[in-house]
Amino acid sequence: MKRLLACLLLVWTGAAFAAGEQPRGGRSITDHSIEWPSAELIWRVATLQDYNTRVVFLGVSALSAAAGLVGTFLLLRKRSLLSDAVSHATLPGLALAYLIVEAAGGNGKSLPVLLTGAAIGGVFGMATVTLIRRFSRLKDDVALALVLSVFFGLGVCFIVAIQQLPTGNAAGLDHMIYGKAAAMSSGDAKLILGAGIAVALICIALFKEFRLLCFDENFAAVQGWPRVLLDLLLMGLVVAVTVIGLQAVGLLLCVALLIVPAAAARFWSESLGQTAGIAAVIGLVSGWMGVLASALFPKLPAGAMIVLAACGVFGLSMLFGGRRGVWVRWREHRRVKQRVGHQHLMRACYELLESRANGQGSAADFLGAEQIGFEELLRRESWPRHALHGLLRTGQTAGFISAESGHQFRLTASGRAEARRVVRNHRLWELYLIEHADVAPSHVHHDADEIEHVVDANIVARLEEMLSAGVAGTVVPMNPELGASGRMES
Amino acid sequence: MNSPAVSARPALPEPEPKDTSTIPLLVRDLNVAYGRKVVVWDLDLTVPPGTTMAIVGPNGAGKSTLLKAALGIVPPASGRIEFFGQPFEAVRHRVAYVPQRESVDWDFPVSAWEVVAMGLYRQIGWFGRVRGEHRERALAALAKVGLSEFARRQISQLSGGQQQRVFLARALVQSADLFLMDEPFASVDAATERAIVAVLQELRSHGRTVVCVHHDLQTVPEYFEHVALINMRLVRQGPVDEVFTAENLRHTYGGKLSLLEDAVQAARRQQMV
Repeated sequence: MKRLLACLLLVWTGAAFAAGEQPRGGRSITDHSIEWPSAELIWRVATLQDYNTRVVFLGVSALSAAAGLVGTFLLLRKRSLLSDAVSHATLPGLALAYLIVEAAGGNGKSLPVLLTGAAIGGVFGMATVTLIRRFSRLKDDVALALVLSVFFGLGVCFIVAIQQLPTGNAAGLDHMIYGKAAAMSSGDAKLILGAGIAVALICIALFKEFRLLCFDENFAAVQGWPRVLLDLLLMGLVVAVTVIGLQAVGLLLCVALLIVPAAAARFWSESLGQTAGIAAVIGLVSGWMGVLASALFPKLPAGAMIVLAACGVFGLSMLFGGRRGVWVRWREHRRVKQRVGHQHLMRACYELLESRANGQGSAADFLGAEQIGFEELLRRESWPRHALHGLLRTGQTAGFISAESGHQFRLTASGRAEARRVVRNHRLWELYLIEHADVAPSHVHHDADEIEHVVDANIVARLEEMLSAGVAGTVVPMNPELGASGRMES
Repeated sequence: MNSPAVSARPALPEPEPKDTSTIPLLVRDLNVAYGRKVVVWDLDLTVPPGTTMAIVGPNGAGKSTLLKAALGIVPPASGRIEFFGQPFEAVRHRVAYVPQRESVDWDFPVSAWEVVAMGLYRQIGWFGRVRGEHRERALAALAKVGLSEFARRQISQLSGGQQQRVFLARALVQSADLFLMDEPFASVDAATERAIVAVLQELRSHGRTVVCVHHDLQTVPEYFEHVALINMRLVRQGPVDEVFTAENLRHTYGGKLSLLEDAVQAARRQQMV
């Protein structure tokens, strides 16, 4: 969890730095230079002294936290792209709503009007996807691509038509495409805040039901849960988040608000509650950073900033996520490789000396007696030269092996004990697998776990008896290349 | 014991019992179709109470579909289905379902005991939280299938057989009277197979009824008392020692199964023991 906080902090400073990096004389799209915020402004914005900034900040944060929650379920339901189709389908809806209300003499640009239209469009788009999937043999991705592009195309037509109208002015509508948090009135922000909180509360209340639906919908249906209703509720929440997110991030980027925090959170936890919570926090922090950036640089699109911040968190989570991050998994894999290599070396040393002793004397005698040659070890196993060098170095650092010269080695006292432990454990496991293969515990790392920790003490005692009675020599091959007698077959 | 001549004839519908409230599952004239393809055709089945029954038949014979249609997961085209003499909706709390392991994505952020606790969700009800008592019951069910020490593991870190046992525990926790299991023995390790058999025996000794879709003919006589041979429709059903004959199996599988003789011999051995 500490690492998650560190990642969030890193992204925040990164975003702040990137925002600050804007060259003073740089040209923006509208050919005005970006104004450098004064220290006073930065302080005012960062501490949320402006009432308007404060309200916008609250609204966007609530929205992106709710989106993180809903997105977690959407992701687990494997419907990530559906939210993209929904958000594109909102465009014709809100354009039509504008046209109708303007024609009726009302104010078509008021947020409730636009959002209602957007919601209807989104529901319509989702229903179309569902119907195509249900009644045709087209695959999911085709249905999504169709709905996404066709609805968006329709929306663009409407927008162009609005621009042609004598009274028409699409200036407010294009905020819905790219998002403009700064253009939010405090009334708009309050609406978004309320809707975000409502969505989050519904999600929390139905947490158990959604978990069951996403994991095993057939089982949910057999238990008597109304599967279709629950699905509609979840999709309804997706539409709600998309619609209330239009003004802040724009319909093109809404999908990122839903999916990116959830995808990032998945690298941090194997529990659904934690995943959803982390996704909400990541959404909240990204929303906060986007609003800050857009308040400091009014020409920067807040939506893009929010999404970029979330993507930064995602990138770091993928690399450094505590549960499934690339780094953690690489490190675990390396650790296993090192352990196996070490045990391999210990066994090789033991078996080399054992075969030299030719059955004479006890392990205590032959293990300390002689030197081990590098070339001998290399011949014995199929190690690459550099790998064996590496293993021997690690063995020396651990104090198991002492170097007599560049090519001659000897087991130290602790190395002898270690070699005996490794070989004994290995042979007992082998014997166990031969004797009791059918009841072998399935998730045991036979090289890692001491047999006593996993297998019943009585069985271990019996196996030891068998081993010392010499059964092992005939039953357990020391190594795949060796014959039943324990010697190389010619 | 039926003579071969009798068993070669298609099964006649049995006279329906007057009081069906003791019959855990009664299916009459069930038809199920996916698109244009009919998979279950005029199927009749009567599951007697307190027994373990295997549903056996070739691939694509509609075994899993039969269970799914009975439970309402797949809509039947026609037919009558009664659980304890009532429609499924009225008695679903008395029925537990163990789906095929492949039917869910195991890479889901949930631990073994949390999956088992899902069996209690209906009892907990809308908006309710999973509490300590539910957790205890889930852990007890996991202990019955020998997975106590894996309770907190994320489910993708379990072996296939352990995942199957988690599903079994989720059914056990519902303390139902009828258990419908879809291929619980499919590709599981020996330890899991033993655990499931032990659970089946325990359920039977408590008077519960178990119906398993089963694919391994060799083990039918050992694990089950009753068998229903199905190939789109019911070929025969009845006690294993009467119905599980080479003749009937040939009718079910169309005579192309070389394992038939082995299976029947296994059945004979079982009877002699």
